[in-house]
Amino acid sequence: MSATMNYLDGNAAAGELSRIFAVDITSAEGQCANCGARRRFGEAHLYLQCPGLVARCPLCGHVLLRLASTQERVFLDLRGMTYLTFDTKQQPEADS
Amino acid sequence: MWRTAKVVRLHDETPTARTLALAVLDWPGHVAGQHVDVRLTAPDGYSAVRSYSIASAPSSDGRIEITIERLPNGEVSPYLTQQVMVGDELEVRGPIGGWFVWRREQTEPIQLVAGGSGIVPLMAMLRSRASTGNVAPFRLLYSAREPGAVFYRDELQTLSSQDDSVAITYAYTRVTPKDWPRPAGRIDAELIGNSTWLPDLRPTTYVCGPTSFVEHATDLLIAAGHDRKRIRTERFGATGERK
Repeated sequence: MSATMNYLDGNAAAGELSRIFAVDITSAEGQCANCGARRRFGEAHLYLQCPGLVARCPLCGHVLLRLASTQERVFLDLRGMTYLTFDTKQQPEADS
Repeated sequence: MWRTAKVVRLHDETPTARTLALAVLDWPGHVAGQHVDVRLTAPDGYSAVRSYSIASAPSSDGRIEITIERLPNGEVSPYLTQQVMVGDELEVRGPIGGWFVWRREQTEPIQLVAGGSGIVPLMAMLRSRASTGNVAPFRLLYSAREPGAVFYRDELQTLSSQDDSVAITYAYTRVTPKDWPRPAGRIDAELIGNSTWLPDLRPTTYVCGPTSFVEHATDLLIAAGHDRKRIRTERFGATGERK
């Protein structure tokens, strides 16, 4: 697999981010602070070959979010996004 | 929040893939397409977390199934597919994700595109549809290495033969059955054109597989005229282990 295909997507970050956010982040829409693209966080490209995890804009590659954890602390950097907006009606409720 | 999950059943799907049925303490239920994180902790405290899609339909009995492909150099999948036994306990976090999901109230045509073990969350969608009598028309394009690598083959056969609204197309990348009409190879524009919904029908499309497969399939769908906003994707790594 080529070096340009070594990413996953925002879905794979949702478990770690569920420690911080009370609502689902994969369906949240975020705006890239660099190119202005608005995308669901689940569409972000996610890189895990680093000490934490890094989500990048699927269009321009700009870093949207960085998350790193130690034994005692979690570090979250969200400055790559102008905003994140959550749909309060579409939060996952069990289908059972 | 990590919950205790007891292994209650094991079932081999292929020579390298096994389904684990788990009884999860205080499981809140799920939506088809969601995944769980599974954490294994060694006696010395070292722990490893991996994400696995839920294969089973939503239910209220506190049970879920995950299907795991064994990776030759994997850290977790060899244990989960070869060593874990009925009665063993794991830790599970989830359900996770609200984007790559199919809900039972959806009625539009659905296109599923699976690469290898990317079939797992899509199978949950097919099972969820079947378990509630939802009649949304579904098509599945399932690309696998060879016939023996297909998961859930008998159940897929039953689902499509009992219901005209479920159509399944298989594509093989390495080895085909004898007299198969299409030579082995990656999915291509012709196959997308012949086996998936026309863009005019405005289907919602779910693509799941290794990253290279998802990129290739999504490019083909967009080139065929599909609206990028109606395509939802879930990727897993070259190793298949997401973390």
